[in-house]
Amino acid sequence: MTAWRSARAPLIWVALALAIGVPVAAAAASEQLAWRGPVYILAGFAGIIALGLVLVQPLLIGGYLPGLSAYRNRRAHHWIGGALALAILIHVAGLWITSPPDMVDALTFSSPTPFSPFGVIAMWAIFAVALLALLRRRLGLRPRTWRIIHIPLAIVIVVGSVVHCLLIEGTMETISKAALCALVLAATGKVMIDLQVWRKRRTLRGENVAPQ
Amino acid sequence: MTTVVLTRRNLLAAGGSVLATGLLATGASGLLLPARASGLAPTESMLGGANNYRKGAAIVERIGKGGFWMSGTVRRAGDGAPLAGQRIQIWAHTVEGREHEPQSHGATLTDKEGKFRLEMPQIIPIFGQPHGHLAYDSGEFKTVFLRPVMRSAKETSLEAHFVLQPA
Repeated sequence: MTAWRSARAPLIWVALALAIGVPVAAAAASEQLAWRGPVYILAGFAGIIALGLVLVQPLLIGGYLPGLSAYRNRRAHHWIGGALALAILIHVAGLWITSPPDMVDALTFSSPTPFSPFGVIAMWAIFAVALLALLRRRLGLRPRTWRIIHIPLAIVIVVGSVVHCLLIEGTMETISKAALCALVLAATGKVMIDLQVWRKRRTLRGENVAPQ
Repeated sequence: MTTVVLTRRNLLAAGGSVLATGLLATGASGLLLPARASGLAPTESMLGGANNYRKGAAIVERIGKGGFWMSGTVRRAGDGAPLAGQRIQIWAHTVEGREHEPQSHGATLTDKEGKFRLEMPQIIPIFGQPHGHLAYDSGEFKTVFLRPVMRSAKETSLEAHFVLQPA
């Protein structure tokens, strides 16, 4: 028991590093990269990193990562949200440079590829959350109003990203990709259940919701 | 002397056959014939089919070093007659170049049976799907752009079929 307790914190961090690092490493070993230009490669990896960040977000907000205070969790969630929006910008800009007509098709929902609309919807949800988070104080959004906006958009982001990613045939290795997607869904589901997001409550600020 | 026995069964059978004859007759004259007249429907261009198209690709023996086969047929809308000598342009993201690059493009002509077949470099996934592009864009018939998708990136051939209507 004590051995487990002392090993638990580093193990969780190692598991997180593997959950994101293994899919990235597997994609870096993909033979597809040989036929791609640097901009296309960058765009692809920005997408993979973005999916990794989508995994970190619910873990932070649920307080599942050991050694972080509630305040730190929240700050990190904000910064990683910003990094996620940036990663998506790089992903879309890189794909636009690689093949402008294909990117225009995707953004206008007239793409032949079934995964494109899922990615584009998730992108708009990410941008909406990032923008509203920036303007939250100025708009005077109360915590409850913010939750009513953010939680449905978070679900759209998670589901959209996972479907988008799973349907793509690209550099990501199938098993590590499916595992990362499963973890994203599991982490999101767990935080929704633990925080009982469907229940009305006045505020979560300052609460340490997850058992440490 | 003949006796007509009017039982329920006879009546139903007779009535049924009259109905069936009537339906078949109208079917043959009113439904089947116009359908045959319009016949084989023309192929619609596919979404994204024209992406990275370069007008006027040269007719080539094969694109690049080859190793992958693109094939298909070209027929006339309506009667489905094979169209010989039609120029089909083909391009894709392959192991030898990206979709928009000139060396990734080439064209071929259909034979007497309306068939075409062009060797090209191995197609690899781009934008999340291993796919090729084909165009009929020679003026005589309406322009059609196709974008067939490979079932697996490991396949070494792909087919696409055109049914063209007069421009």
